[in-house]
Amino acid sequence: MNPNLTYVLVVGVLFAAGVTLLLERSLTRVLMGVILLGNGANLLLLTGGRAGGPPIVGTTAGEDMSDPLPQAMVLTAIVITLGMTAFLLALAYRSWHLNGHDEVQDDVEDRRIMELADRDEGPGTADNDSPDGEPPQEPAERPVVVSGDAGRAQ
Amino acid sequence: MTWLVPLPVVMPLLGAALTLLLAGRPRAQRWVSLTVLTATVGVAAALLIRSTVDGPLVVEVGGWVAPLGIVLVADQLAALMLVVSAAVTLCVLVYSIGQGMADGNEETPLSVYHPTYLVLTAGVCNAFLSGDLFNLYVGFEILLVASYVLLTLGSTETRIRAGTTYVVVSLLSSLVFLVAIGLVYASTGTLNLAQLVDRLDALPDDLRLVLQGMLLLAFGIKAAVFPLSAWLPDSYPTAPAPVTAVFAGLLTKVGVYAIIRTETLLFPGGRSADLLMVAAVLTMVVGILGAVAQSDIKRLLSFTLISHIGYMLFGIGLTTALGLSAAIFYVVHHITIQTTLFLAAGLVERRGGSTALDRLGGLARLSPLLAVLFFVPALNLAGIPPFSGFLGKLGLVQAGVADGSPLAWVLVAGGLLTSLLTLYAIARVWNLAFWRAPHPDMPAAGDTVRTDDGAYTGAMLPRLMIAPTVALVVLGLALTAVAGPLFEVSTDAAENLLRRTPYVEAVFPDGAP
Repeated sequence: MNPNLTYVLVVGVLFAAGVTLLLERSLTRVLMGVILLGNGANLLLLTGGRAGGPPIVGTTAGEDMSDPLPQAMVLTAIVITLGMTAFLLALAYRSWHLNGHDEVQDDVEDRRIMELADRDEGPGTADNDSPDGEPPQEPAERPVVVSGDAGRAQ
Repeated sequence: MTWLVPLPVVMPLLGAALTLLLAGRPRAQRWVSLTVLTATVGVAAALLIRSTVDGPLVVEVGGWVAPLGIVLVADQLAALMLVVSAAVTLCVLVYSIGQGMADGNEETPLSVYHPTYLVLTAGVCNAFLSGDLFNLYVGFEILLVASYVLLTLGSTETRIRAGTTYVVVSLLSSLVFLVAIGLVYASTGTLNLAQLVDRLDALPDDLRLVLQGMLLLAFGIKAAVFPLSAWLPDSYPTAPAPVTAVFAGLLTKVGVYAIIRTETLLFPGGRSADLLMVAAVLTMVVGILGAVAQSDIKRLLSFTLISHIGYMLFGIGLTTALGLSAAIFYVVHHITIQTTLFLAAGLVERRGGSTALDRLGGLARLSPLLAVLFFVPALNLAGIPPFSGFLGKLGLVQAGVADGSPLAWVLVAGGLLTSLLTLYAIARVWNLAFWRAPHPDMPAAGDTVRTDDGAYTGAMLPRLMIAPTVALVVLGLALTAVAGPLFEVSTDAAENLLRRTPYVEAVFPDGAP
């Protein structure tokens, strides 16, 4: 298909809307974003080939045929997007089932280590004052552990 | 011998179908998977020998002639990657079988594990063998979709949380790749890699740069190159140990392979060399600084994984035969070692009930074998002579010094610093988990340990889990023994990649159309 302004604008709007939705926290919206982006990409793929009649020998003369390859690629991409949509829906449903929401959450462990850094404590360094970098949430439960240096001396 | 080429893709796919039919019979499933992967190792080895002797092997899928149909190409680089990947997947399969049998969960819904695992293998092999950009995308999608399922096995809360990030990031990278493919086709009218060589050369420079940038972005996310690497340490450690091991060994390396292939075949001349080198030094240093801060073995290993991707980029960025050869050697070394370390971490989790460093201790005394299984690959990763990690890093440093530009010297310094910090990070693991006195919270013999995948009797290390780990440790040591021949193969592969003509002539014996 030959690119024209309308076509380019449609692709642009699909991409812009898709990216905006992709940045949302809710997985359902992310899914919408993925679908829009997928459709935008498929339209973009179609512009790659020549426009024309159906590429079937006998119905169209060779020079009037459209390029079938981008169409084949779009078909494959549609199938892949369909599978991914199903999987993301299942993920969102499972997340809602477990947590009561479908929000994409932060890396918990990462935040814990950042908190340790803020308090200027190394995580589990052998030569620290606190023997093994206690996690801030559960200081009372921590058993006393022989530090690495003492262990080495034995 | 060209009939061998499609087998690494076809056999695992058929095996996946068969294991799916045998869903209720775990024993039959296990035998099918083992047979298929053993055969894949054999075929891959045969391909490596044939491609070294005869040059690249090409198959036109379905009998369609080259630029119209899809081709599968097994050149030395692809065959070498296939051999290592197949060997690693086989070992990890045995490990996971050992874990499943020891847990006694043979009847659980995890019957989906074997088919998915085989599909993952097929996707990885397809990506390595593909001689067509769109088929490469399909290979990526196959392995990614399988990896989504494996990562969220059991669909517990942590895995769903981590899986969500992983899936969304991977989808984004696939989308960038797809758009790049669309643009490449629109500007050249072909997606056959061999045909693209000439057609891309004919394009204006700025257009080529856009295409190259988009492909690099897509592959960079998959290969976990800083600053596109934040998803990896968040998602990988939550999966079951064998799954993390095979992901760490293979998935990022498929991204690295794709970078090597496109940078040498499609976009030679090193226009992105400086960018790659800056990314390499940042990946190395930032990755390893992240590892130093971690308090969990699996997360720490995930950060070393990111960090050592930087070494491979270092070699690719130099764009010399020496650098590329060292990078290929390093990929082979790193696939083996990183997988071994994650398997050892799985054994640590089994023996100690946790991988958190502040809950472990005294493993060296409690299980000397486990200590050796961790210690040897850990030193190998850090690059202590005479292990293969040292040889790979030596090759890269030599290539960097031979290049001699200021940026190459920065990379050499960054590489040495990273090596030192890797040693520090794993020495910390050694001191805390293995060396000090045993932690009172650790399970004693006979205790029941509960994890995401069910309960098992703690403090026992099943033989079927130890055997493949030992095999991989030995394979890692063997890389030192065969380093000479291996470097010859990787140098040969690198020179052929840089010459480009062997690949093109193999696909189009009568000249590119």
